[in-house]
Parts: sequence; structure tokens; C-alpha cells
Amino acid sequence: MTAPERSRAWRTGAAILLCAAVLLVPVLFGKFAQYFALNVLLLVLLALSFNLLFGMTGLLSFGHAAFHAAGAYATALLLRGGAPLLPAVVAGALCAAALAAIVGAFCVRHTRVYFSMLTLAFGMFVYAIVWKWTDVTGGDDGLVGIPRRSLGLPGPFDVNLAPPRNYYWFSAVIVLVSAGVLHRLSRSPLGLALRAIRENAERAEFSGIRVRRTIFLAFVVAGAFAGLAGALLAPLEQTVAPTAAHWTKSAEPVMAALIGGPFSFAGPIVGAVVYLGIKELIVRYTEYWLLVFGLVLLGVVLAFRGGLLGAAESLLARRPWRLAPRPRTAPRKDAA
Amino acid sequence: MGRVLLFQGLVGLTEAMYLWLVAAGLSLIFGVLRVLNFAHGALYMIGAYLTYAVFRAFGGNFWIALLVGPVLVALIGWVMEVVFLRRIYRVDVAFQLLLTFAFVLILDDIVKLVFGPVYQSPPTPRALSGAVMVFGSPLPTYHLFILAAGCAVALGLWLFLEKTRWGLLVRATSADREMARALGVRSSRLFTFVFMLGAWLAGLGGALSIPVRAISPGMGETIIIEAFVVVVLGGLGSLRGAFLGSLAIGLLHAYGIVFLPIFELALAYLVMAAVLIVRPWGLFGVREA
Repeated sequence: MTAPERSRAWRTGAAILLCAAVLLVPVLFGKFAQYFALNVLLLVLLALSFNLLFGMTGLLSFGHAAFHAAGAYATALLLRGGAPLLPAVVAGALCAAALAAIVGAFCVRHTRVYFSMLTLAFGMFVYAIVWKWTDVTGGDDGLVGIPRRSLGLPGPFDVNLAPPRNYYWFSAVIVLVSAGVLHRLSRSPLGLALRAIRENAERAEFSGIRVRRTIFLAFVVAGAFAGLAGALLAPLEQTVAPTAAHWTKSAEPVMAALIGGPFSFAGPIVGAVVYLGIKELIVRYTEYWLLVFGLVLLGVVLAFRGGLLGAAESLLARRPWRLAPRPRTAPRKDAA
Repeated sequence: MGRVLLFQGLVGLTEAMYLWLVAAGLSLIFGVLRVLNFAHGALYMIGAYLTYAVFRAFGGNFWIALLVGPVLVALIGWVMEVVFLRRIYRVDVAFQLLLTFAFVLILDDIVKLVFGPVYQSPPTPRALSGAVMVFGSPLPTYHLFILAAGCAVALGLWLFLEKTRWGLLVRATSADREMARALGVRSSRLFTFVFMLGAWLAGLGGALSIPVRAISPGMGETIIIEAFVVVVLGGLGSLRGAFLGSLAIGLLHAYGIVFLPIFELALAYLVMAAVLIVRPWGLFGVREA
């Protein structure tokens, strides 16, 4: 096996193991671990969708929570209206995609600081609406008592999702499939085009990539998956509050992507696990967990801009026992 | 009704002054350093807390506190720029934004740690505790003082930028950084100075707010988003824009509460988004090449 083949085999193996581990959580651990794992999975999905814009395209969105909240509120309203779960979740994701299409149509005209500001403005606009439009969204109290009944498939395929364990499997499968889709997307022509735009938008434009249309597509896809994460969160918590749309919620996927490393696909996954894991540990000792995260973020920005995975990669590249230069830069003498 | 509306407008303008002090520093820093300082609201909050601490330490003398508090904030600004921000000017803008965001988290929690998570509300200084009748309603004297102070800062900044050598360097760097550097402006010292000045302004805003607005650890998060709206409206880097933008947002809030109580908050963000879409360089900013 050549080096790239070996590394691909490793990655596939790790991915399969990870999927198996995720699906085994309800069997192996207790209720709390199951609830915690599902929260991690939903943040993973949110962070992966965010990183489609940040790590891949180089656009820092500060309004990602708006799409998350759109999915959560749409699903919550449908479920309260008596809709079965699966159609409600799908509709939630579609609502978020529609919102992303409207917002994205404006945002793709800008890059860098202006993009971040515009997404922040739209995000806070959505927050303000959710917070004040009490008749529909429940205002400050949010929507409570969201029912979680059946999947909504005909006959024998219908599953009762009221037991937490069934709901865990349902959500976990959706998140895993979504992660697979996003991974496939990052290796597709669209993903390559996005990376070309990140490296040099002008050059990408000259080489025939329609920059704005490509970014727009990524924006809508990112919004749809963020909405899906929100749509799955609403029946889990059985409540939705306006904080789901606040900019502090938008900061969560940012943190996850940065801690794990925005420049590799697995980065946000690692980051989401580490972020929620550390948070869970710290809050047992101190309520000042944001202080700790501020310091972590400071360290990441100053010293490890590639995140944990980036740091690990450069550490591996500097293996002391490897005397010859890395094979990617020059072929080793013994290989020739 | 007309008199009530005029009075309401005056209250809106008073509120606009705090926003102006924060937005002025934010805009100044962006103009020169090209960094959007997410932590500027946190500096405003720290200004309020430090001034309050000095106020208690000096036996309740508001004026000494007002003098010392914002200077302490400027020193915090010095640390932020010299120790941290300076290292990443060459890195992607997103990381600079994130560095300042890290400071929001850190400063917010440090304040909670030191001063406790509850509201504090110190009294109004005795000399300014009365009220005057304006348009048939009583307006606290302190509000008039705030209006005067805000305008005095605007005048002072204008004089500094137009009439002094350092002001000239600030304007030159803001207009064309490369050219200013090529002509011999020592940018690193200038960057430190401008960041400290911006921090001082935010600290002053926080210091002035303590007699009328309750101090709480979350006070920075609200005002920073509003200040973003203001600097976007006026144009990033434009002080005149920041001043007029603050007045506009102050009035929008004052009248929005009367006429559109439900969508008053959303309106400000909608205005911000609209300006970014139509004129991203703002109503008073200069279009970038």
C-alpha cells in the first residue's frame, strides 16, 4: 500500500469504528451519557455545517444560530400542530434552507469583515423577531411541551419515538448520514471550488468558477444542515427558547471548529466533543467555564490556528525517528 | 403630544451618547488597525465596574472615579494590543475577530469573579441629582450632563484629529496604511496609542453610565451589538458617521418604543443589514478600492 492508500484505509476504519461506537452508546451507557452524546452529535452537525463556510470557504458566519433556530422553531410548531416526527424534521431543515437562501442572496456579495457583520445583522434580526413575536414563537418563554410521538411512516415501519433510546437512534442515524453527505460534498467538485475560493477568490473567478453562485450553494447547504440540527434538538429538549437564535449560540460552532481545527473535515467533530466534554467537566467545579474557554480560544488563535488536529498533524510530521524528509515533499531514497 | 414627542427624542439622544462613546472607539480602532474589536463592549463594562470600584475606594467621590476609571481601561487596552493583538496582524481577519471574542469571554467572567454576578447601582453625584423642566416634563440634570459630555468628547476628538500631529498620523494611517508607513509613520506605536484611546473612550462610556444604568456583567453584550449597528450605519472608520449613527439609533429606539413596540429591536438590525447590502462602506464612510 502506498502512503495515501494507507492513510485512507486508516480513516475509513476510524470512521466505521466511530459510527459503531455512536450507535452503541444507549446499550453500553446510562441515560445521562445517552443525552449527553446526542447533544454532542447535534453540535457536531452544527459545527460541520458551519465549517463548510469557515474552514472550506474562509467565510466566518456569525449568524449561524438563525438557521439553527429556524429549524428548531419550524419543527416545534409543526409537532405542536400534530404533525408526525419525520415530516416535521424534514420541513424544519427545508425552512432553514429557505431562510438561508434569502439571507445568502445578500451575504454572498461580501467577503471578510463585511460578510461576518452581515450574517451577524441577519442573525440578530431573526433573534429579535423570535424574541418579540410572542403570538407565534412564545416570546421570551419559547415553545414548551413539544410532543414526540411516532416517526410518521406507514404500517410496520412506524416507530414510537417517545422512549429516549429510540429517539437517540433516530437522531444519531440522521446525524451520521448527514456527516457522510457533508464529507462527500467536501470532496466533490463543489468542495474543491470552495477551497479554490478560499485560497484566492479572484483566481478562482478567472479559472471559470462562478464564485458568488458557488458560495450561495454552500450557504444554503450549510443553512439546511444547521436547521436539521435545530430540528432534531427541539423534540429532544421538548422546548425551544429564543437563545437558540442568539449570537452566543452562533459562537458555539465557531468554537468547536476552531478547537478541533477548521482545515480538516474531522476538526469540527473533534472540536465539538472536546468543547462539550470540557464544558461538562468544568461546570462541575466552577461556574466560570467561559473564562476557561476564553483562555483556550486565546491559545488556539495565538499558537494553534490549525486546532487540535492541526497541532497533532504537525507533531506527527516532526517524528524524530523519521530521518528522511516527508514523502509528500520528496521521495525517500529507499523507496526509489 | 408634540411636547411629549420632543421630550422622548431628547431622552433618545441622551441614550445615544453612551453608544457614541463606544462606537467612536470601535470605529477609530477599525479605521487604523483594521481590527473589528468584539471586546469593545466588554471594555465598556469593565469601565463601569472599575469606575465603581474607584468610587467606593475614594469614599464616594464620583469625579475622581470618572477620571481614574477610564484610564485603567486604557491600560487594559494597552495589554490587549501589545501582548496579544500585535502578534496576529498578519493573520486572516477571522482570527483577529476571534481573538477579541476570546477577550469578551475572559473579561465577562473576570468581572463576575471579582464583583459578583448581581446588579450594582451607585447613586447619582449630588451636584447632578436634580431635574430640570424641559418640554413640560422633568429631565434629570444628569441627562443634560451626559449630553454635554458626549458632545464635548466629539469636539475634543475632532480637534485632536484635525489640529494635532498625532491626529494627522491617525488620519493618514486610516486613509492609506501602506502609504503612511512608507512615509515613515511608526505604525506599531500608533496602533498601541489608538487602541488605548479607543479603550479609554469605551471606559468613559461605561464610567458615565453607572449613576443611571444598573451595572451588570452582561451590559457589554448589548451595547457592542448596537455599536456594530452604529459603525456600520455611519461607515467603519468614520467618526462623523459614528456620531450621527449613534444619534439615529438613539432616536430610532426612543420613537420605536412609542410607535412600533414589537419590532423596535428588529428594526435596528434590519437597518444595519440594509446599509450593509446597499452601501457596505456606510452612509459616511469612504468606499474602499
